Amino acid sequence: MNNITENITENMTGKAVAKGGSARGHSMWHYTFIRLRRNYLAMIGLVVILLLILTAVFAERIAPYGYSAQDYMMIRKPPSPKHLLGTDEFGRDVLSRLIYGSRVSLQVGFIAVSIALAAGGMIGAVAGYFGGKIDNLLMRIMDVQLAIPTILLAIVISSVLGPGLFNLMIAVGITAIPRFARLMRASVLSVKNTEFIEAARAMGASHMRVILLYILPNCMAPLIVQATINVANAILFAATLSFLGLGVQPPYPEWGGMLSAARPYLRSNAYLSIFPGLAIMITIVALNCVGDGLRDALDPKQKR
Amino acid sequence: MNAVYQTLQTSDNSADKATDRDVSAPLLDIRNLFVRFYTDTGVVHAVNGLNLSLSKGKSLGFVGETGAGKTTTALATLQLIPSPPGEMKGEIFFEGRDVMKMTEPEKRAFRGGKIAMIFQDPMTSLNPIMTVEEQIMEMVELHAAAVNPRERAREMLTLVGIRPERGKDYPHQLSGGMRQRVGIAIALACEPDLLIADEPTTALDVTIQAQVIDLIKKLQSSVRTSLLLITHDLGIVAEICDDVAIMYAGRLVEAADLRQLYKRPLHPYTRGLFDAVPRLDSDPNEKLAVIPGLTPDPTNLPEGCGFSPRCPRARPICREKSCGMREYEPGHFVDCHFPLESRGDGQ
Repeated sequence: MNNITENITENMTGKAVAKGGSARGHSMWHYTFIRLRRNYLAMIGLVVILLLILTAVFAERIAPYGYSAQDYMMIRKPPSPKHLLGTDEFGRDVLSRLIYGSRVSLQVGFIAVSIALAAGGMIGAVAGYFGGKIDNLLMRIMDVQLAIPTILLAIVISSVLGPGLFNLMIAVGITAIPRFARLMRASVLSVKNTEFIEAARAMGASHMRVILLYILPNCMAPLIVQATINVANAILFAATLSFLGLGVQPPYPEWGGMLSAARPYLRSNAYLSIFPGLAIMITIVALNCVGDGLRDALDPKQKR
Repeated sequence: MNAVYQTLQTSDNSADKATDRDVSAPLLDIRNLFVRFYTDTGVVHAVNGLNLSLSKGKSLGFVGETGAGKTTTALATLQLIPSPPGEMKGEIFFEGRDVMKMTEPEKRAFRGGKIAMIFQDPMTSLNPIMTVEEQIMEMVELHAAAVNPRERAREMLTLVGIRPERGKDYPHQLSGGMRQRVGIAIALACEPDLLIADEPTTALDVTIQAQVIDLIKKLQSSVRTSLLLITHDLGIVAEICDDVAIMYAGRLVEAADLRQLYKRPLHPYTRGLFDAVPRLDSDPNEKLAVIPGLTPDPTNLPEGCGFSPRCPRARPICREKSCGMREYEPGHFVDCHFPLESRGDGQ
């Protein structure tokens, strides 16, 4: 037996040495990041998002004024050295309000998507793995939800729950569930019938082990991409709801709410709408760039 | 000659069973196995009354066309036929225990621990997001708690000729042949009593095929496991196996010791398979011999002998009922009313 081993090893090692690349023992994430780094749009997006997160975390330190600090001498004044982005109709500093508003937007974006990802992912995984009647039932419920216009659904949910940050997250999260459920189900279905799942079963692994160790990790890539792009959608959606007065309540600033408040002054003080609009736009473009970059980086066809 | 095929037509052959298990209990004994799949287009009769046995330490070549039910038989042995569309009947004894009657945890311990399987396509049979070392460790962790899994995984990699450092690689970083060797390492990690190799070389090129076959052969004798080799390739069977079973449309048509069968194929189908193998000395312009017709639709099998519609020797009785396995000469079983009398010129 030793003899065989030696023999075969001798035969193979030459090849193995030649093939053994320098990158050894790195995870899938490492390779994904290497590929992501080549995509400079995605990197710019990532930097923008990191800056936004830092801004949200250190809002108190960065903001020159409090979000509700009023200055009656400075009502609807255009940008000036004292107020870099001008002041609103109550004499509040727009820059400070935007900085505080980033907290709401990012929280809504990430938490609402987490809700949708958890619920939708679970529904999709169960439907895809077990199939049959359960699959039919769950997916038809999702279809029904998809048939209701999302904005209407969100308005109904937030008016039932009442306005507020947390309820806003729930409303936005619920409307995004079907997308995640369908995506998860599709990827579970495609992974479920691969040979390595059969191999794992033939190895004696239980259903639970197969789902947790084999199916879920292999389904993550499309979900991560969808989640990233959906954060942008959620922020936009939260802004829409705030614009309609169903989101965060004043005086706390929210980008959509600020847009809404600035509407009457569109002609006289356009900067009041332009800056919150720009903030939303930059965030969403950045998130979309990262999402696209991740999709390309996680694409297995690009391996090597 | 150690031929161990039983001529059991029906499962109520109880006297035979009893003696059989006492004397030289075969490792694997499949009796009157039926596997059906209920699909939208009809009932697929994948395996129809299969009898097969394999004794310890032996290797059996399981030959047949695509769709003959070879893989289904293997999966049935592992109790991995998906239950809503599939249905199994019959008995599968492994070391004297009926696999069909095991509880789910027992089945899990039995899969991988007692019977391990090597899959056809090394490109898809490994988990793409786990390192190969981790995948071997999976097997060890599931079945041999006492062993240090990482050490064992490295040992196994060395055994199949891959440097243990490469265990940290992912499947996509390995070549097809190396992946198949990893598959073999996984299968043999817990020293199973039976190794089922499901067309282990079909997806590989010829030179790698030879390496893999050599490896399986060497490891089979060193680990002392029995081997059930599923293949279309009569050449590979000749190289590794002790016994051969030929399957057609969900049943065995012929089973014998390797030499006997290759020297003297009795069933017209077996003969047809041998005739279809191209020879090195034949004229390159000559057309290959083919068996006319196609394998029967498994949702609509013919009456009587499954091969009768394509058989040049078929007579009316063949279309009415099949002959059933009978021992034509000692150790040589055939399911044919009119076996070939003349000496076949197999390889």
